[in-house]
Amino acid sequence: MLLSTTDLMSVVDWSRAQFAMTAIYHWLFVPLTLGLGFICAIMETIYYRSGNPFWKRTVKFWMRIFGINFAIGVATGIILEFEFGTNWSNYSHFVGDIFGAPLAIEGIMAFFMESTFIAVMFFGWNKVSKGFHLASTWLTAIGANLSALWILVANAWMQYPVGMTFNPETARNEMTSFWEVLFSPVAMNKFFHTVTSGYVLAAVVVIGISAWFLLKKREEVMARKSMVVAALFGGVSMLLLLWTGDGSAKIIAKVQPMKLASMEALYDGKSGAGLSVIGLLKNESQRSQEDEPFHFNLEVPKMLSWLSFGDGNAYVAGINDLIDGNPEQGILSTEEKMRRGRIAIEALADYRDARQSGDSTRIASTLQKFDPKTQEGKAFLNDYFKYFGYGYLTSPQDTVPNVPLIFYAFRVMVGLGCYFLLLFIVVLYLAKKERLGQYPWMNHLMLWSIPLVYLCSVSGWIVAEFGRQPWTIQDLLPTVAAVSRVDSTSVMVTFFIFVALFTTLLIAELMIMTRQIKIGPHDEQ
Amino acid sequence: MGTDHLLYRIYRFYRDGFRNMTVGRTLWALILLKLFILFAILKVFFFPDFLGRFDNETQRGEYVRDQLIERNAP
Ligand code: HEM
Repeated sequence: MLLSTTDLMSVVDWSRAQFAMTAIYHWLFVPLTLGLGFICAIMETIYYRSGNPFWKRTVKFWMRIFGINFAIGVATGIILEFEFGTNWSNYSHFVGDIFGAPLAIEGIMAFFMESTFIAVMFFGWNKVSKGFHLASTWLTAIGANLSALWILVANAWMQYPVGMTFNPETARNEMTSFWEVLFSPVAMNKFFHTVTSGYVLAAVVVIGISAWFLLKKREEVMARKSMVVAALFGGVSMLLLLWTGDGSAKIIAKVQPMKLASMEALYDGKSGAGLSVIGLLKNESQRSQEDEPFHFNLEVPKMLSWLSFGDGNAYVAGINDLIDGNPEQGILSTEEKMRRGRIAIEALADYRDARQSGDSTRIASTLQKFDPKTQEGKAFLNDYFKYFGYGYLTSPQDTVPNVPLIFYAFRVMVGLGCYFLLLFIVVLYLAKKERLGQYPWMNHLMLWSIPLVYLCSVSGWIVAEFGRQPWTIQDLLPTVAAVSRVDSTSVMVTFFIFVALFTTLLIAELMIMTRQIKIGPHDEQ
Repeated sequence: MGTDHLLYRIYRFYRDGFRNMTVGRTLWALILLKLFILFAILKVFFFPDFLGRFDNETQRGEYVRDQLIERNAP
């Protein structure tokens, strides 16, 4: 059955909403696992070295929190794979090989590492040697982080597709270099930025829960010592996070210039572009092309050019340059990319027609265009196929993502990041002065930092994922071509089922977690 | 199998571990319920493999290629 264009757009919208909702909910569970695993491992190492039972009691408490979060979050990511197969089948087929390998490795590794080492971590106290138990705790933490590596490699490939060629015979991309996919600069930065963001999140959560104990005047020694471990771990992670965040922005400047321009609401490109620290955007609909986009904007001069290209005078492309083109800077217009994209799609249609005609010379000649080993193929892939996805767009404006959302989400992430760094420093300073926990307002602030760190983390994903709209695979496949021809009502129904399911899980997590926090650490019988 | 056998010891390790769980039981119940909803209900009734109706890779490839060509903007 053929769907009309409006129906297709409705499928796209509902499928996107569903994917965003499941990904955000899934991500609410993951980062705490990534970071708390290491915090437990550090605490257990202190226990191993000191032999002090206080640390055993403390680490067992935090492990319980880890276990609850892990149990509730586990398998929520599988839903995303269901959605790939049903709602995004063109996409799943198109990327096939690229996704298959990393996700298969992830599945096998996660299963073996998690089912063995987590079991030892929880059941093995007093049953296996102290050293073996400690090793299992570290391996659980490392295993969870390695699982994240494979998923993030797959995500990075969508943002920057490298190490593959398109095979028109199967209509799929085939991997030519696993290492190029794994070690692409986008993948490496994304991995380190994402996992360290999980460490910062876990550190803030540990500090927040500890602050609650201090407010209740319970378990004060455990709370203070946990805060110090978390602040040290969080502080070091925060420095790595700043470094990798800067690295991510530098790469985006090269490979996803529209995302960078949207993060900065930079409409007209310039040399020596300033970095907006904070600004208030004018309403898109009330603003004419020539208007300044801001009501007010506090800017550090030349900073954006310097951060993006390591040169304060470098040219940073704006949204209008990317739409209209800028020959001086060697930027093609979107119209031109759309034209080339349509030619690439026509080449695919020629190949199909040749196949249907059964004429082997025609088949061979149409195939040549897609062969990177021939001169003709190289030129076609580089000049036309590179813009394949643009052929599906109806207007150049389709390539502009939601600028205000990305602009503000980026500032929320970076602003809160700076606040957390300050928080870690203050915790360590107060601990040194032996005044940690003496100011109730500060304990309240730490407790309320827990929702803020989740907001910060989700904002990061909003920048990364909304920032690449309309692409499911950068420049190759927009959402409108990636989606299946399914009925939008069924996607809508499952959307609401997921809202109900995830909300129930979240409520269960919060209830079990708060109950266990209130019970506090157990004493050994 | 003797009680000292490695496999038996591993079995006992897991068995005792599960037996002594407190909050873990609620969590296991939750995990199993969640997996049931995911695989027995959602996957079966709401998330069929869209390309699963084709018999082989070639047919799937042909279908997706047609889709990629047909959605080309006018
Ligand atoms: C403080 C300075 C920070 C900078 C300069 C920064 C920069 C960035 C950039 C440029 C991206 C987009 C990457 C992409 O689209 O490929 C990003 C994504 C992200 N950020 Fe940050 N970030 C900072 C702090 C934080 C903090 C504090 C957190 C959370 C605790 C965080 C969590 C994330 C997450 C989860 C993503 C999505 C994953 C990714 O695409 O890398 N970031 N960040």
